[in-house]
Amino acid sequence: MAQRAAQTRRETLIAGMASFAAAAIAPSLALADAAAVEAEIKKLYGDKKAEAGRIKLDVPQIAENGLVVPINVEVESPMTAADHVKSVHVFADGNPLPGIVSYRFTPESGRAAASARMRLAQTQNIICIAEMADGKLFTARSEVKVTIGGCGG
Amino acid sequence: MVSRREFIQAGLAGSALLAGSGLGSIGRLAAQQRLSEAELLRFEPLGNVTLIHVTDLHAQLVPLYFREPSINLGVGEAKGLVPHITGKDFLAHYNIPAGSPMAYALTSEDFAALARNYGRMGGFDRISRVIKSIRAERGDRCLLLDGGDTWTNSWTSLQTKAADVVEAMNLLKPDAMTGHWEFTLGAERVKEITDSLAFPFLAQNVRESEFEDRVFEPQKMFERGGVKVAVIGQAYPYTGIANPRWMFPKWTFSLKDDDVQKEVDAARAAGAQLVVLLSHNGFDIDRKMARRVKGIDVILTAHTHDALPEAVQVGTTLLVATGSHGKFVSRLDLDVDKGGVKGFRYRLIPIFSDAITPDAEMTTLVKKVRAPFEADLGRVLGKTDGLLYRRGNFQGTFDDVFTDAMLQVRDAEIALSPGVRWGASLIPGQDITFEDVTNACAMTYPNCYRTSMKGSQIKAILEDIGDNIFNPDPYAQGGGDMVRLGGLTFTVDPYQTSGRRISDLRLARNGQTLDAGRDYTVAGWASINQGTEGPPIWDVVSTYLQQKKVITPRPLDAVKVVGAG
Amino acid sequence: MSNKPTPRVRVPANAKKDEIIEIKTLISHEMESGQRRSADGKTIPRKIINTFTAAFNGKVFFEATWHPSVSANPYQSMFFRASESGEFAFSWKDDDGSVYESKAKLTVA
Repeated sequence: MAQRAAQTRRETLIAGMASFAAAAIAPSLALADAAAVEAEIKKLYGDKKAEAGRIKLDVPQIAENGLVVPINVEVESPMTAADHVKSVHVFADGNPLPGIVSYRFTPESGRAAASARMRLAQTQNIICIAEMADGKLFTARSEVKVTIGGCGG
Repeated sequence: MVSRREFIQAGLAGSALLAGSGLGSIGRLAAQQRLSEAELLRFEPLGNVTLIHVTDLHAQLVPLYFREPSINLGVGEAKGLVPHITGKDFLAHYNIPAGSPMAYALTSEDFAALARNYGRMGGFDRISRVIKSIRAERGDRCLLLDGGDTWTNSWTSLQTKAADVVEAMNLLKPDAMTGHWEFTLGAERVKEITDSLAFPFLAQNVRESEFEDRVFEPQKMFERGGVKVAVIGQAYPYTGIANPRWMFPKWTFSLKDDDVQKEVDAARAAGAQLVVLLSHNGFDIDRKMARRVKGIDVILTAHTHDALPEAVQVGTTLLVATGSHGKFVSRLDLDVDKGGVKGFRYRLIPIFSDAITPDAEMTTLVKKVRAPFEADLGRVLGKTDGLLYRRGNFQGTFDDVFTDAMLQVRDAEIALSPGVRWGASLIPGQDITFEDVTNACAMTYPNCYRTSMKGSQIKAILEDIGDNIFNPDPYAQGGGDMVRLGGLTFTVDPYQTSGRRISDLRLARNGQTLDAGRDYTVAGWASINQGTEGPPIWDVVSTYLQQKKVITPRPLDAVKVVGAG
Repeated sequence: MSNKPTPRVRVPANAKKDEIIEIKTLISHEMESGQRRSADGKTIPRKIINTFTAAFNGKVFFEATWHPSVSANPYQSMFFRASESGEFAFSWKDDDGSVYESKAKLTVA
């Protein structure tokens, strides 16, 4: 299986030349995959389609430290009572569990933006989905590379 | 705007004399006669601002040989573009005569022979002379900017925790600097030094890791020649990956266009007429950033050690590449008015140490800081009868010395040596001194470990590092050149995707295929793991050289590059 | 075991009416994911902070659900539109039922 192979590779890196941070996550448990993320989204919104756009997902292209990867999400919105972002869910398709964080915003938030830090077990995609007050869904994704590095410069 | 042809002529007028002389057989005396300080410094001044750029000096206080790469592959959008053109192609691209001083300075072509003719390059006292003469001519129009990788990677800088270089740099009176390897001195020492400097250490992309507070000033506004010039500092964004993060555990580095854009916008809002990014991103990242961030007039590039005789224009942004190890000083004259940059003239000034008069004040200082270490530095360990160099995407002849030393002294089957871009070259017949060895390995995490790794791990490491170099997106590249290997041969296809670049791994000693499931004894150095044990690499290499006495470089056939066409 | 989780909050003390202010929070907590195994092969039980809530004058304006992939010593930033003077109440709910709290005053001019 693809995820199995990825995991084996990850384990090998841990013992390798560099201090690979993601060691703290589940070296022996199965990892989630794109299907698990889709299943989570389906649980939330059924078959409703999400459009691209309005979300700015800011994650590093290469994680400096797999244990502490900054993630900033901002959704474009006036944040009024009538037109605001209700929620944002963030998933990852290569961790033991697909969920990362879920946010609930209100008009008092002023800006539908929030930053957190996450653990990533390997190179994988971050997927987020935002629900607006009118029920519309928007989605965005970005890959984060988790590397052993260590030969630099 | 001045045409490209004009720069080349201004920059290389002296070398035209040599065009008919063929390759480096003209003799040292004849060659030297073609090099005069006046010619090297000749520059028709332009406009009201002069940027002087030095970078990647790697603490090399005295002149040295440094062979530019013969292999420096470009991937993705950088394929086939400078700086990923080497050797004869580079000479043809810039219309530089073979055998000329600039051919020697800028390429690997006929390097050993030309090195005899044109001598060593760099040296802080020569650099000082060049900077002083530009300042004498241009007065208050000058800004001297240091792109970083300045404080580390010589024996004296390692022993003094960079006090020697810092003192020498202070004498040059830079206006600002940024950094990368500086951070391997550890956060505390970096802060101690930067707090004491008379000029700012600028780094908009280094933050305290808890609340993301700034660690350094992001930018500084200067007034030069009546022009408001903003200089924004961009430290190496992947320092926390390429180097030991435990040495600066509370700092985090980033590569974010938005953050740079915010700094540019703030500079413009504060009235900047000229915006300069003092960058340690590396050339390919800078080229991409120039397209994505609006309003940068000049990017002074660093990190990837490229030396280009012309500024590269990306939209309205000029990229300058000043090389490394003190071989060059860049001078960029700009004509700036309220509406922005109206014209520029650029010269990459080669620091031929035999042609440029040393600045006496700096010579004295360099002597003083080296004095306590002279006995160590001058200790002869062996001799080489061939050219020893490191720089290039793959293993160089000096790397072979390192990997051979580890295999023998640490009794290992496989050796790993980092693909750092620094390390001086040695020409045939040269003694190999302790200084020469440490110029290629002086660092704060030098321990040569001996461990066991499975074949599959070794493959995974090579793939991972391969992706750091050859990912088609420069923002996804990190670190230096490809890791060097001893005891192992392999085939690499840089244009493949991650996990598929490395194949045909074989043990060099018997041609056997590397067994994914077998354990191998591996020696290596420069591990980013905290607490790595083993003797410092310079001891390992010294022991080896003392036993071996004479190094005869062998053909570099351990790495087979395919798919590069 | 570790010390009692300690929250830290960065929030401006003053704001203009309708100004959107940024709030940054941190709390010391190991965020044991429930995905790791100890040396003897047993799964180390999950113990994370699962919910973060930010309220002003008693009304929740932002809530975050954290999953086991959230880093140790979790950080959370968010924004708030200042409308009147009052008090922020931030709370972190642990898997073990504990609730950690922090308060901060805001004066709106």
